[in-house]
Amino acid sequence: MISQTSDRPIAVSLQGVSKLFGAVKALDNINLDIYDGEFFSMLGPSGSGKTTSLRLVAGFEQPSSGRVLLYGQDVTGVPPFDRDVNTVFQDYALFPHMTIEQNVGYGLMIRKLPKPEITRRVGAMLEMVRLPGYEKRKPSQLSGGQRQRIALARALINHPRVLLLDEPLGALDLKLRQQMQIELKAIQREVGITFIFVTHDQEEALTMSDRMAVFSQGKIEQIGTPTEIYERPRTAFVAGFVGTTNILSGHVAQRITESQAAFSIRPEKIRLMPPDTPPQANSIRVGGTIRDVVYLGMTTRYLIEIDGGGDLQVIAQNTDTDSSAAQATRGQRVMAVWPSSAMRLLDEGA
Amino acid sequence: MEEELSPSIPPPRQSLMRRISAWFYRHPNLSLGALLGVPMLWMVVVYLGSLSSLLIQSFFRLDEFSGRVIREFGLRTYEQLFTAAHTDIMIRTTLMALAVTFACAVIAFPLAYYMARYASFRMKTILYLAVLLPLWSSYLVRVYTWKIILSQEGIISWFFDTLGIRFILDGILSIPGIGGTSLSFSFIGMFLVFVYIWLPYMVIPINAALERVPKSLIEASSDLGGRPGYTFRRVILPLAFPGVVAGSIFTFSLTLGDYIIPQVIGNSSPFIGITVFTYQGTAGNIPLAAAFTVVPVVIMLVYLLIARRLGAFDAL
Repeated sequence: MISQTSDRPIAVSLQGVSKLFGAVKALDNINLDIYDGEFFSMLGPSGSGKTTSLRLVAGFEQPSSGRVLLYGQDVTGVPPFDRDVNTVFQDYALFPHMTIEQNVGYGLMIRKLPKPEITRRVGAMLEMVRLPGYEKRKPSQLSGGQRQRIALARALINHPRVLLLDEPLGALDLKLRQQMQIELKAIQREVGITFIFVTHDQEEALTMSDRMAVFSQGKIEQIGTPTEIYERPRTAFVAGFVGTTNILSGHVAQRITESQAAFSIRPEKIRLMPPDTPPQANSIRVGGTIRDVVYLGMTTRYLIEIDGGGDLQVIAQNTDTDSSAAQATRGQRVMAVWPSSAMRLLDEGA
Repeated sequence: MEEELSPSIPPPRQSLMRRISAWFYRHPNLSLGALLGVPMLWMVVVYLGSLSSLLIQSFFRLDEFSGRVIREFGLRTYEQLFTAAHTDIMIRTTLMALAVTFACAVIAFPLAYYMARYASFRMKTILYLAVLLPLWSSYLVRVYTWKIILSQEGIISWFFDTLGIRFILDGILSIPGIGGTSLSFSFIGMFLVFVYIWLPYMVIPINAALERVPKSLIEASSDLGGRPGYTFRRVILPLAFPGVVAGSIFTFSLTLGDYIIPQVIGNSSPFIGITVFTYQGTAGNIPLAAAFTVVPVVIMLVYLLIARRLGAFDAL
């Protein structure tokens, strides 16, 4: 995967970029390369710097220090209207006084394409976002999901080299969001444009991205493929933010691994076995008691109190358990078992 | 703490006010009536009443010999209204109102834009105060103050004299039609005072309109390749235009009707306001004064129709 992407040219490069808003350091020495044709996600909680990074690429903000490169060209100081990137805004930012046709054709109007050509391309673009025949409507007449597609069409019609998406699915309900995730991915494959996708939804980032960067407090915690990020989180922040996890450290860790170093173990990697389960090769065994059971439909979440202190979350598929059977295990003694290969040692101080 | 919270909270006591509120809740039309009763009474009786009485008066006429109003419907008064001397007054007033409105818009827009887009909260408060502060003092005092400022011995003359560029002021004052012996006796001076007096009424609505334009729309236009000028013409101005029109309704109609400034500043050329004042007062010709008052109303209606044709209210 990595060798595949690094053969391609670098589309966007942030080099030593910092951004200050007054005394607040929104970005702290960011270094990031995004390859041509990638679906790249910037994931992080609000205020982590992901949107600021996107705005630096768009040109809405200028870095306090460092450089922004687009396909090898230094665009630091280049205004947004001279950059070959387009943005899908979080609030869609459709022009309320214009029709859908005028909205989608806005960039082509600026490029002075002939009228019939604009009409043709707008029609084709509306076809692609599956809203044909909507030319004469106003944005206020559309639903949230439809506006979202129009915003996408308005950006893509200009064939930008990079498309920036600022939490574009944030305002949609769950079903629509999942549908749009699939559509966005399909559109990206179809047009082959580099997508930079900002989100705070780790599931969205995991399902859609080729690679992703996890932001926290103005810094990048980890860059990698979704599998790398999920399976091999390098810091406690990444392990905790991307998916749910158990982070064990100090005395609890020592009792399990004979080392105080913090490690992470995903709740779905842990299996609950009878308390008399014998030790097995290459696996960790921890005895405990089921303190709480939360039935989630597809899965059940167990809270295990480890003997001698410490908690473990365990998620089990409900393959042959039903709600009442799961609830009945409360208070039972169990042995939590996981393969030692599923554990991740975490960097200190993170 | 927990013990204090634990006793159950008793239901609210039944009181008369509670029953009245519940009754209004069950009769929404009556609560709407209670809401609108007073303003409706005021609008219908005071506003529409006086306006229709004005309209009716304008169709009466004055008997020239007895000087008494003849209460018969007819168009004689309107015949008098459209004599050359009177149409001159209308044209002069309308041109002044247009010039004042245009100047107010040109000055107010960048200020309102700065306030809406760039100013910090603190700066915004200061600017609001600065814009509105003049309205706290008497209108008459301000007009007379301007007469002094603009006079031959005033600070503006002094300024031009001191810098040795008196010839520029003289050049401006020698422009035929709008010049005069000094700024305070010229249309230019009157124009300046009008712009000063009505500017707040332009700044506030434009600012309100601009505050409602999301920043992301401006960024989106820029993102799609629109240079600032293009963004201004295609996005900012159309969306702020209702505010400009609202402001211009104030400045235009206030200038059309004003009768103080043309009396104090300028060369005593009659304006609509002064004419109305004279006809209803010394001349005692209430019908003609009423007919003259209808003129700004009609001009405003035409103005609004043109504004609508230009799409001023499309973005509302």
